[in-house]
Amino acid sequence: MSERIFYNLLQVVVVMAFAPLVSGVLSRLKEMVQSKRGPSIFQPYRDLWKLFHKDEIVSEDSSWIFRFTPYVVFVTPIFVVLLIPVLTSYPLFFAFMGDMLGAGFVLALGGFFAAIAAVDTANPYGAVGASRTRMVGFLAEPVFMIVFFTVSFVAGSTIPYIVQQKWVTPLANFFAPSHVLLVLAFLMLILAEGGRIPVDNPSGHFELAMIDESKSLEYSGRGFALVKWGGQMKFFVLLCVFLNVLVTPWGLAANQSLGAVLLAVPLVLLKIFCFVLVLVVIESSLSKLRLFRIAEFLGAAFITAVAAMIAQVFLG
Amino acid sequence: MSDATRELLQNLNALAAGLFLLTAFGIVATRQARGCLQLFIAQSLLLAASAALLGLRFDSGHLYGVALVNLVSKPIIVPWLLRKVAPAELYTRREIDQALNIPITLLIALALTVGAYFLGVPLANAVGPGYHGPNVPIGIAGLLLGALTLTVRREAMPLLIGLLAMENGAFLAGVSIARDLPMLVELAIATDGLIIVFIVGVLVRAVDKQVGTTAVGELASLREGPARRSGPGADS
Repeated sequence: MSERIFYNLLQVVVVMAFAPLVSGVLSRLKEMVQSKRGPSIFQPYRDLWKLFHKDEIVSEDSSWIFRFTPYVVFVTPIFVVLLIPVLTSYPLFFAFMGDMLGAGFVLALGGFFAAIAAVDTANPYGAVGASRTRMVGFLAEPVFMIVFFTVSFVAGSTIPYIVQQKWVTPLANFFAPSHVLLVLAFLMLILAEGGRIPVDNPSGHFELAMIDESKSLEYSGRGFALVKWGGQMKFFVLLCVFLNVLVTPWGLAANQSLGAVLLAVPLVLLKIFCFVLVLVVIESSLSKLRLFRIAEFLGAAFITAVAAMIAQVFLG
Repeated sequence: MSDATRELLQNLNALAAGLFLLTAFGIVATRQARGCLQLFIAQSLLLAASAALLGLRFDSGHLYGVALVNLVSKPIIVPWLLRKVAPAELYTRREIDQALNIPITLLIALALTVGAYFLGVPLANAVGPGYHGPNVPIGIAGLLLGALTLTVRREAMPLLIGLLAMENGAFLAGVSIARDLPMLVELAIATDGLIIVFIVGVLVRAVDKQVGTTAVGELASLREGPARRSGPGADS
C-alpha cells in the first residue's frame, strides 16, 4: 500500500522533472532540421529558473481569476498524472479516482481557466487568443468524445489500465482497424491540443497569428513560470496517454519492485523521444493552416475517429 | 495455418479496408486534383493489399491475380495515362467552390457509410456465412462515396477519380464474396477502367482547349462563338 502511494508520487516527480526536457529536445531537434544549432536542450529549465526569480507584475484591473489561474494550470496535469499509467502497467493508489474521461475533464478545467484569465486582463490579444483556443477546443471536443466512445466500445472500459492491455492481447489486435484509426485521430488531437504546427506555431512571436501562446502574454515572473511549466506538463501527459495507453503499452513496470519502476523511467523517455522524432518530421514538413482551415483539419480527425468506430461495427 | 496467423491476417485485411474507407473520405473532401490522385493511388494499393491478404488467408491463387492486376493497372498505368493524355496544369488546379462545403459533404459521407452497413451486412450474409470481414460494407461505402464525389465535385479530374473510386469500392466488396471469379473478368474490368481513363482524359483535354476551364460543373448551357476563358485563374 505505502509503496503504491510512493510510486504514484514518483510519477508526479518524473513528469514535473522531465516535462521541460521534452519541449527542450523538441525545439532543439526542430532547429537542427532547419540547419541551425538551436538552444540547449536544458534551456526550458533555465527559463523556468529565471522566471521564478523575477518580479511578478499583475494588472490592477484584473480580478482574482488572473492570480488564481497559474496554480490551476500547474496543478491540473499533476492530478491527471495520478490517474494515468506513466510508469506502471498496474493501477496505483489514486487511480481509482477517475478514468480517461475524468482525466480529460480535469485537463479541460485548466484550459477553461487559462481562457477566462486571458480575457480577464482586457489585453485585446488575450481575448483573441482565448476565443481561438475555444474554437479549436470545441472542434476537438467531439473528436475526444468519439475516441473515448470507440475505446470503451472496443475495450469495454475507459479505465486506461484495462484499455492498454486490450490492444496487445493477442498481438493481432494491434493491427485492428479501429486501433490504427484511433491512433491517427488521437495524433491529430495532440497536434491540435498541444498547439503544434498544422494548427498553431509554438515558436511564433507574432501576436495576431498566435493561438495558444497569447493566453499567457500578460503573465510575468512566477505566474508565467507556472503557466509555462503547466503547459509543458500537459503536453507530457497527453504524450503519456497516447504512448502508454493507445500506441505502445510496452516498457512499463509490471511488478512492484522499485528497480522495475525506476527502469521504466528511461524506457518511457525513450518512447517519448521516438515520438518526438515523428513530431519533428510532422512539424518540419507541414505549414501552419489558416485559421478557418483548422475546422477542416479537425473535421478530418473527427471522420477518422468515426471511421474507427464504424470499422469496429463492420468487423461484426 | 495456425489460428493466431489467421486472426492476424484477418485484422490486417480489416486494417487495409479501414484505411480504404479513410482514403474514400479523402477523395470526397480533398481540394487539389493532385491530392485526389495520390489518394486514389493509395486506395488502389490498399485494395491490392486487401486482395493479397485475403488470398493468403484463403489460400486462393486467384486473389493473388486480382491483387497483381490492381497493383499494375491502377497505381501505375492510370497516372501514367493521365499524364500522357490530360493537360499537366490540371493537377495544380484547386476547386474553389464545391457544390456543398466540405464539412457538410463529410457529414453526408458519414451518413452514407452508416447506410452502407445496412446494405452490406445482409448482402454478405446472403452470399454465404463463410467469411464476415468488413470488406462488403466498406466496399459498398466506397461505392457510395465515389458516387458522392461525382455529385459534389465540379472539376473534371476529381470527377474521373470519383468514378474510378466507385470501381475500387465494388472490387473491394467483390474480392471477399466472389473469390473464384474467372481471371478473364478481372482483366476485362481492368482494361475497361483504363479505357475509361483514356477517353475521359482526351475529353477533358478537348474541353480545356475549347472552353478554357475544366470546371465541368459550370458547363450547364451551350454557347456558340469563340472560346472564352473563365473560371478560376482566368482574366475574365
